[in-house]
Amino acid sequence: MKADLILRVMAKLLIPFIVLFALYVQFHGDFGPGGGFQAGVILAAAVIFYALIFGLADARRVVPESLVEALMAVGVLIYAGVGVAGLLLGGNFLDYFVLDPDPVHGQHRGIFWVEVGVAVTVSGVMLKIFYMFADRGGLEE
Amino acid sequence: MAAAVCVLARTRNLFSAIVLSGIYSFLMATVLVAMDAVDVAMTEASVGAGISTVLLLGALYLCRSEQSKPLRQVWLPLALSVAVGAVLMYGTLGLPEFSDAHAPIHTHVVPRYLKEMPKEVGMPNVVTAVLASYRGYDTLGETTVVFTAGAGVVALLRRKRRQRDAPDAAKGAAR
Repeated sequence: MKADLILRVMAKLLIPFIVLFALYVQFHGDFGPGGGFQAGVILAAAVIFYALIFGLADARRVVPESLVEALMAVGVLIYAGVGVAGLLLGGNFLDYFVLDPDPVHGQHRGIFWVEVGVAVTVSGVMLKIFYMFADRGGLEE
Repeated sequence: MAAAVCVLARTRNLFSAIVLSGIYSFLMATVLVAMDAVDVAMTEASVGAGISTVLLLGALYLCRSEQSKPLRQVWLPLALSVAVGAVLMYGTLGLPEFSDAHAPIHTHVVPRYLKEMPKEVGMPNVVTAVLASYRGYDTLGETTVVFTAGAGVVALLRRKRRQRDAPDAAKGAAR
């Protein structure tokens, strides 16, 4: 599949926009449809697309396996960390009102970081599952 | 959708079954858009039609099983699935009408969310506000579930790989 010119050119054209769309879904989730879960999946899909066209080894070089494994855990830690930050600032666990002097801004801040955590974990897990499946079948041939 | 399901039930080719289930997911996403559940539709389109199709194709590539054996006894499974479907249909009769304003879900917490949310959270997308703020504990649990699922897959597949690698290494040493 590596030699197919059309697929390679189209992938190169599309992947930046897929990543951009993932970021849009992530950060525009407060206003439109979307959020961390969808953005994480789209981000993972971009890398999977890359792996399908350019081979697993190249994808591993772009997004190394150790990074993916770290992302899986870091996302949950970010999410829980927001909760702990609320605790430290004098609120309840996952209480966002205390994160900023203005309670509404505190909510925004809390939701932002929580969504980041969700996106990081989801994209990490999706990619890791794909890597593990593809690894056993030898998709890189 | 009905056509996709019928072909899906008839086909013996696993590859076309996976592609058809992807098509079904995509049609489901359009139905969800028509019902104004855009967030859910997005998830369905990306997870159901995208990632899970890719993962199933990857699994199919591993198994290399193009055909599954046709069932000999079709009547018992058919009767069972029709019966379960009938029970589920009977259950939907008890649900309130779609977009019924007096349904319990619209009278319990939803008015409070819709009324207080702009003051408390100040976000145009209510779904995000409910998901991340009002139901933050649930979403933390969901994220942990996703993480646990990933960790489970890692634990399962990595051990197998080491076992497969071990004989290779032994062979290499013998050579």
